[in-house]
Amino acid sequence: MCLAVPGEIIKIYPDGYQADVNIMGNVKRVSIFLTPEAKVGDRVMVHAGQAISVIEREEAEAIEKLWEELLRHGND
Amino acid sequence: MATTKEQEYFSRLVEQLQRMTQRPVKIMEVCGTHTMAIAAAGIRQILPPEVELVSGPGCPVCVTADMDIDAFLDLATREDVTIATYGDMLRVPGTEGSLADIRAQGGRVQVVYSATEALQLARENPDREVVFLAVGFETTAPATAHALTVAQAEKINNFSIFNLHKMVPPALRALLADEETAVDGFILPGHVSAIIGEEPYRFVAEEFGRPGVIAGFEPVEIMAALVQLVTLLNRREARITNLYRHVVRPEGNRTALALLERVFQPANAIWRGLGEIPDSGLKLREELFPYDAEVKFGVTRKPVAKRTACRCGDVLKGLIKPPACPLFARKCTPEQPQGPCMVSAEGTCAAYYHYHRRDSDG
Repeated sequence: MCLAVPGEIIKIYPDGYQADVNIMGNVKRVSIFLTPEAKVGDRVMVHAGQAISVIEREEAEAIEKLWEELLRHGND
Repeated sequence: MATTKEQEYFSRLVEQLQRMTQRPVKIMEVCGTHTMAIAAAGIRQILPPEVELVSGPGCPVCVTADMDIDAFLDLATREDVTIATYGDMLRVPGTEGSLADIRAQGGRVQVVYSATEALQLARENPDREVVFLAVGFETTAPATAHALTVAQAEKINNFSIFNLHKMVPPALRALLADEETAVDGFILPGHVSAIIGEEPYRFVAEEFGRPGVIAGFEPVEIMAALVQLVTLLNRREARITNLYRHVVRPEGNRTALALLERVFQPANAIWRGLGEIPDSGLKLREELFPYDAEVKFGVTRKPVAKRTACRCGDVLKGLIKPPACPLFARKCTPEQPQGPCMVSAEGTCAAYYHYHRRDSDG
């Protein structure tokens, strides 16, 4: 039920509340009411027809560092 | 779907977990979507024997109480009502059948993918009363709130919700306060957290001394959460860590939280297995009562006698695993579900049935 899938915003409608999002090759119209900061080109998590979070590029890129850290910590 | 790099990290994290586990630990994955991801990736089967992973109350359909199910089934039999529901609810059995049965007998039940779609149904059918079964946690509730504000603005008066929304942190508190549930740490729900942020879980560490990790849903992210939890448990350190930072901000989604605040107020709610939990429900604010199907149609709830030997409630508390239920995979299957844990695609029983029925670790 709390399933959300990532997709890229390819178009924002003039009302500002709806966007076309490319989710694994399928374009779906979703509400971006909850993510007013979202821009074309952003990746968002989509749940039940709503974008619930804009994916932060820097954090996404940093995740491997986080895993490396975990692999080191366990050796304490 | 995982990249080669992710697979590599996954294997390394598995090895790490095996090396570092010193004593038996019981970890609960709270969220039903995690339950599915764990089952699909076969994670339980590759864990060190000391690490026990139990499922929690994070499947909204599963935790819906029998008396609520009977109440919306009652509504569905009304001549003037069209029920709009997420597909997951369709086959949940009540005392007398399910929504699917009512539909087969000519009742109007329509599957929708969002609250917005349910509202659209009301716009297109002004002569029908459209009742949306609003089920879900903090992830899903903002969409319902949004649809309600639109209905209010557009004065769509043939739309209402049967409100089943619930909140995760109060359920965790109830679980922790119950001595029967001896859980050492939690994998916290990633998408609920995208809305509520990190703060609402602090009591888990500060009052109950248990660590919790907010995690994503890829196998590697779940394994990373387990390594982090065991690291914290080894150090006897209780804190909440966020390993899903690209999606979950520490403060959550402020727009969604403000919307929830505007539309709902906390209220007691009844959960299957856990009973009544203070302030775990989201009641509509008074000015929105005209959109509350319970108020609109004068719904009354009647206590429901336990009908079968179904142990969905114990599964939701992490007390047993599905194979320990006498009905599991015998009388109760996804084709003939006896309880909601087998109906919902993310129910623990459905996950066990589909992915590791041959295990005997009940």
